[in-house]
Amino acid sequence: MSILVTPQTRLLVQGITGAFGARHAQLSIDYGTQVVAGVTPGKGGQIFEHRGVKVPIFDTVAEAVRETKATASAVFVPPPFAADAILEGIDAHLDLVVAITEGIPVIDMIKVKRAMQGSTTRLIGPNCPGIVTPGEGKDSHGGCRIGIAPGYIHKRGHIGVVSRSGTLTYEAVFQLTSRGVGQSTCVGIGGDPVNGTSHLDVIQMFMADPDTHGIIMIGEIGGSAEEEAAEWIKAHGTKPVAGFIAGATAPPGRRMGHAGAIVSGGKGTAQAKFDAFRAAGIGVSATPSEMADTLLKMM
Amino acid sequence: MNIHEYQAKQLLKQHGVAVPPGEPCKTVAEAQAAAEKIFAAGHTLAVIKSQIHAGGRGKGTFTHGFKGGVKLAKSVEETVSFAENMLGKTLVTVQTGPEGRVVQTILVAAAEKILKEFYLAVLLDRANSRPLIMASTEGGVDIEEVAAHTPEKIIKEWVDPAVGIQPFQARKIASGLGLKGDAFNGAVKLIMGVYKTWWESDASMVEINPLAVVETPSGKEAIICVDAKIGLDDNALYRHPDILAMRDLAEESPLEIEASKYALNYIKLDGSIACLVNGAGLAMSTMDIIQHFGGLPANFLDVGGGASKDQVSAAFKIILSDPNVKAIFVNIFGGIMDCNVIATGIVEAVRETGLKLPLVVRLEGNNVAAGKATLDASGLTIISGDTMADAAKKVVAAVAA
Repeated sequence: MSILVTPQTRLLVQGITGAFGARHAQLSIDYGTQVVAGVTPGKGGQIFEHRGVKVPIFDTVAEAVRETKATASAVFVPPPFAADAILEGIDAHLDLVVAITEGIPVIDMIKVKRAMQGSTTRLIGPNCPGIVTPGEGKDSHGGCRIGIAPGYIHKRGHIGVVSRSGTLTYEAVFQLTSRGVGQSTCVGIGGDPVNGTSHLDVIQMFMADPDTHGIIMIGEIGGSAEEEAAEWIKAHGTKPVAGFIAGATAPPGRRMGHAGAIVSGGKGTAQAKFDAFRAAGIGVSATPSEMADTLLKMM
Repeated sequence: MNIHEYQAKQLLKQHGVAVPPGEPCKTVAEAQAAAEKIFAAGHTLAVIKSQIHAGGRGKGTFTHGFKGGVKLAKSVEETVSFAENMLGKTLVTVQTGPEGRVVQTILVAAAEKILKEFYLAVLLDRANSRPLIMASTEGGVDIEEVAAHTPEKIIKEWVDPAVGIQPFQARKIASGLGLKGDAFNGAVKLIMGVYKTWWESDASMVEINPLAVVETPSGKEAIICVDAKIGLDDNALYRHPDILAMRDLAEESPLEIEASKYALNYIKLDGSIACLVNGAGLAMSTMDIIQHFGGLPANFLDVGGGASKDQVSAAFKIILSDPNVKAIFVNIFGGIMDCNVIATGIVEAVRETGLKLPLVVRLEGNNVAAGKATLDASGLTIISGDTMADAAKKVVAAVAA
């Protein structure tokens, strides 16, 4: 098994006719993911075609869900319209909405988060690389790839990866695959200060997933989500977890690329997060080069 | 984006928040006119405040020896003398670094008699994704100290974003601060206004420190924002052209401004090893791994997920403009982007800039073999690193040599 998505997951892409959305819809199709619908308001009735796969485009998510039984969505909509797109997916009762868009205003996300209370939809992101559950084929072909991660670096297996950073996720996955170790699911939760799913949420899913045997958790400066996850692992963890925190050398008060990567008022330091990891028995990778090795030594 | 105190007070005033009467001045003549107005209105003191984006202004010193970036003046003449010592002069504070900042604008405002100081701020509580109003009776001091030593003196009130701030919440805070009568009623209106400023401006933080109960010239009590600081959410500036117009490029690093023209995310630091990386997380960890092996990073630089040749070339020029740089570390994990495109960009940039400094490249990902071949075939002296750790060790060694 895996968490969140399986190779059978039926995916719709919001913003499929934009350059970014189209490119990654193609790459997901190439990976063997079931892209069943696209949504671009005003382009309903058109067809998105790639290598013989014909994906119908709809004006609304509700219509796409009704016609294609899609259960998950990837949001590639530009920042000013992204919150609306996410809310549309929630309204259509999708199981999962993965928001790739970077640069959504914080207040828009505060509203989205409030509107989601009581909803059954899970939001991943925004400002994230998405989710990959690797497939059984060559270079993990046949898996479910939602978002912008490079599919081919994955390998089907039993390690769960959760991270706020895209490239650091790829780095961890690449280290694992290079050592012949595969992944159950890899989840990028995003670099924004308000996001749909936290480290803790994903860690709990991995702990409950019989197919996941070990976890790599990658965090960065800002907020206290890593500390909360570590606290829970200390009390309830049943599987080995190794981790890394980016930003030990970041100057306080500066946003380091990601909107959420900022040490403010002495809070959210890498030191505090590493300390929380150690206190919880999480294996600390001294450099980002040793994330996989740190975990494998624990298993 | 950060704005000046006088701009923050303009935004607050637009939302009905009481601030001391005053005006931003760019010349001594303007300062004189502003002071004349203040003293004519019956105020006995004016405050002259240097407008720079760094804290510690009051205790700062100008490079020509004048002490204090914030001064109290008893007369128009004194105001003029302070203005002459501040405008166009360089102010050094604990936050500016030794190079200081040139004061282009001063705020000349009425200094009312302060009876009691408080603290008030609105920010995002990341733990529950809700706006948080923080207030304290300990005003005019470092709030982090208060939070660390006497957390019970901090009042917290969360706002439900679905309904917005309610007056009872402002009343709870005002009551918690021990306010009565006119000051209580004034505080309720002020807290509502400060919250609305935060929400409607898409601010990341609004901080009023100190918020003060003052005695006005007519002998009445009033509550006003004596100092104000506002940080804005960069991602929301597109819908606030009026606020975007407040951007002061003189307060930003010229290299960072240049980088932003190419959609590069660059932050200058003090070390000697420049980094060029794709992805914010990887860029931060590249800085960390340099330090781990004994070097010091010269910058944070994220070229983004789809870096073009032009961006790589611009990035090289920017990092080479920093005279402290002794070596360059390029760390690219090309998941989707073609490593060969990056390699070609690097080779072109090295040729274009006539790079003489050691260059260590760690390239991994899509089409990496072709990328490495391009680097090898270039005839340039490029040190190749197999892993991040290997490359970091090599670049640190290159600087030490």
